Amino acid sequence: MSESPRWAVLSSIALSLLLAACGGGKPEGAGKGTPVSDVPAYGDAIVEGSIGDVSGFLTAVTTDASSHEAAGYVFNGLVRYDRNLKLEGELAESWEISPDGRKITFHLRKGVKWHDGLPFTSDDVMFTYRRMIDPRTPTAYGEDFKQVKHAAAPDPHTFVVEYARPFAPALASWGMHVLPKHLLENHPDISKSPLNKKPVGSGPYRFVEWKTGEKVVFDVSPDYFEGKPYIARVISRVIPDQATMFLELKSGGVDIMTLTPPQYVRQTETAEFRKSFNKFKYTASGYTYLGFRLSHPFFKDRRVRQAIAHAADKKALIDGVLLGMGQEATGPYKPGTWAFNPDVKKYPHDPGRAKAMLAEAGWKEKGGVLEKDGQPFEFTVLTNAGNDARSKTAAILQQNLAEVGIRMKIRTVEWAAFINEFIDKRKFDAVILGWNITPDPDQFDIWHSSKTGPKELNHVGFANSEVDRLLDEGRSTFDLEQRKKAYFRIQEILAEEQPYVFLYVPEALPVVHHRFRGIAPAPAGITYNFVKWYVPAALQKHKIQP
Amino acid sequence: MLRYIARRLLLTVPLLVGISLISFLMMHMAPGGPIGAGTDLNPKATAESRARLKAYYGLDRPLHVQYGRWLGRMATLDFGDSFSPDGRPVAEKIKERIPITLTINVLSMGLIFLVAIPVGVYSAVRKGSLFDRISTVAVFTGFAIPTFWLALLMMILFGVKLGWLPISGISSLDHESLGAIGKLADRAHHLLLPVLLAGFGGLAGMSRYMRSNMLEVIRQDYVATARAKGLPERTVVFRHAMRNALLPVITILGLSVPDLLGGSVIFETIFAIPGMGQLFYQGVMSRDYPLIMGILTIGAFLTLLGNLLADVGYALADPRIRQG
Repeated sequence: MSESPRWAVLSSIALSLLLAACGGGKPEGAGKGTPVSDVPAYGDAIVEGSIGDVSGFLTAVTTDASSHEAAGYVFNGLVRYDRNLKLEGELAESWEISPDGRKITFHLRKGVKWHDGLPFTSDDVMFTYRRMIDPRTPTAYGEDFKQVKHAAAPDPHTFVVEYARPFAPALASWGMHVLPKHLLENHPDISKSPLNKKPVGSGPYRFVEWKTGEKVVFDVSPDYFEGKPYIARVISRVIPDQATMFLELKSGGVDIMTLTPPQYVRQTETAEFRKSFNKFKYTASGYTYLGFRLSHPFFKDRRVRQAIAHAADKKALIDGVLLGMGQEATGPYKPGTWAFNPDVKKYPHDPGRAKAMLAEAGWKEKGGVLEKDGQPFEFTVLTNAGNDARSKTAAILQQNLAEVGIRMKIRTVEWAAFINEFIDKRKFDAVILGWNITPDPDQFDIWHSSKTGPKELNHVGFANSEVDRLLDEGRSTFDLEQRKKAYFRIQEILAEEQPYVFLYVPEALPVVHHRFRGIAPAPAGITYNFVKWYVPAALQKHKIQP
Repeated sequence: MLRYIARRLLLTVPLLVGISLISFLMMHMAPGGPIGAGTDLNPKATAESRARLKAYYGLDRPLHVQYGRWLGRMATLDFGDSFSPDGRPVAEKIKERIPITLTINVLSMGLIFLVAIPVGVYSAVRKGSLFDRISTVAVFTGFAIPTFWLALLMMILFGVKLGWLPISGISSLDHESLGAIGKLADRAHHLLLPVLLAGFGGLAGMSRYMRSNMLEVIRQDYVATARAKGLPERTVVFRHAMRNALLPVITILGLSVPDLLGGSVIFETIFAIPGMGQLFYQGVMSRDYPLIMGILTIGAFLTLLGNLLADVGYALADPRIRQG
């Protein structure tokens, strides 16, 4: 959940939103090229820059962002997130939830065809469900599907699942890509099937070729059920280096990529760049935090955690780390979404107040460093190596804490060692890490007191009986108002308790060549309506024979 | 000689087994494992799904069993299947990366020899001259400049500003539609910058090596004799001195054999070249054990082979060394 789209249960379009999302962004420096008739036209190709290569096209068995994004062109789920991050039907036309919340009935779209021409039916959905719970499928996402007590396909266009108890996050799990039964039933291990390398799906684009380490090519699927997409070809080029990708963008080798804050703020503010590209800015679906091991003698005391929150200069962090491309985090949800509570306790930067609170907690200054019972306030913060933003965050926090007499040492550790040797074994004082924020607000795994075992995600050891109860409540009803109430209260408690100091939510900074039109920024980002993007005929760069 | 070669070849078998055992143990001692990439900090991954994945990859078996299985497969030259989600055979993954890495390495190595040997020889003959000093500064500059930085500067100049060369990748988007000659030209166009830069960075070692060899040889009595005979300087330098100074180069060539298939991660990343360096790096980062073992074994084999070739070549070329 931290480094790649771990909650990979949604269709592509929704998934790319996890990377670039939300907040009512607007294009900056909209293309001011020669005036052309702005009429949607079919044709042209878009070249995407991708940091990593695809590792397979069946999202049930892959976990990396590049693979999930690529697969999204070819496959669909039953549901997906719309422009406002609300669930809508994709392969399912509609669905009903029984009054007791235990049964979901999906009504499937009629007339949908797989790319090889065979019809899509509820058999395919049933097959996908069975493969998700099959022990021979090497998937990390089987858990949601194991909650299903009973699944049935009463007719070719209806699919019914029953759960032992109402479980709200379950609905989103049906964003899992539906697999074509007729092409996979003879492959007990789907990861070893040819479809993982040459996918055949029902999505807006058909797979053309995958040159490992180089590129993936898709061509438009003319009979896509939502209408033929305008852009005729999608080419995803693997360019592992961010600086190289930026040069490719400037020289015309790439049409769409995500900028780094320095690129966005400093390297693209020229008239020439504005003429050729449209820059966008949205609140990203993720946040960075300083987490305390709550059993640590220093951090057991809530006043100490609150004091550190006051000592941390979030504004300086956003300016220093993100060049201003972010906003202060106050809790674990994305500002502007329905679950986000804007009215929680805030901790403005105030070293004087922090000192006073620490003094109240028994920490007295001695030679510039705080001391209590003869012990200096000194601890080590851990973060993973190779994440520039987190290292910078640590350095600024170190400075902030020194101001109030706390000596913080910084240690960066390679990711696998960081997780296995320190996080899993709870061998840390404090950590700087980040979470992705999923559209569904269920965060049971992160905050529930039962989730503190090895490999479980409540690694700070947070335990609060009211939060436990509210987490249960929030996930066991489909009633939005009821859920909202539960999650608002959870945020109040978290703000008061400060098991993490919530630091910042960065902005996603995509850039697209100006010839692409029809981009409508929304809370969900820009790629949710990719099939509606087009290039006016006069501006088309690549001549593609459909 | 043949018996010597046969004996050396036989010796490589236990050596390879030893190397693979050490690699295998080191790899498993490193923190993390193949399933971590997908399951660490993933709320959807439960203890059960972790156990299931472990069993799927055979990681639940004791280490010696895992190693035994691997060795058994290797005996039939089966490298196994990669642990990455595509599950493709390791041999296939390596095979598709070899041509590009080999091409770049052969070309850049050829470039290095072509430039460095004359530079080294001339610097030695004219030791202390302006040429010697300038070339020394030049080759060390190439050695000292961070490749990734120079590469970016070159990309900005030739790719963005002048638009003469492609910035990255190994082929244009329309590569498939080109004819045979067009394809070749396209590939050459893409490889020009990487090969030149790789060559520039490698000049220092070879030219300095050549220069010191040459200086050594020029001091020898037989060179003095040649000069005393009244031979022209050209003949002295090229016929008598240089040929002898080139002998140790055979060793270098032999030792370069494993480098032919080893790509540089930084270089390949900057230029977006899908070569061996990136493959190995990704394999290590995702703890793709079969892939790591496959590449390490090939590397070990080529190193041993290169050493053998160097020894044999040296023995053939240098009359002072004769095997019994």
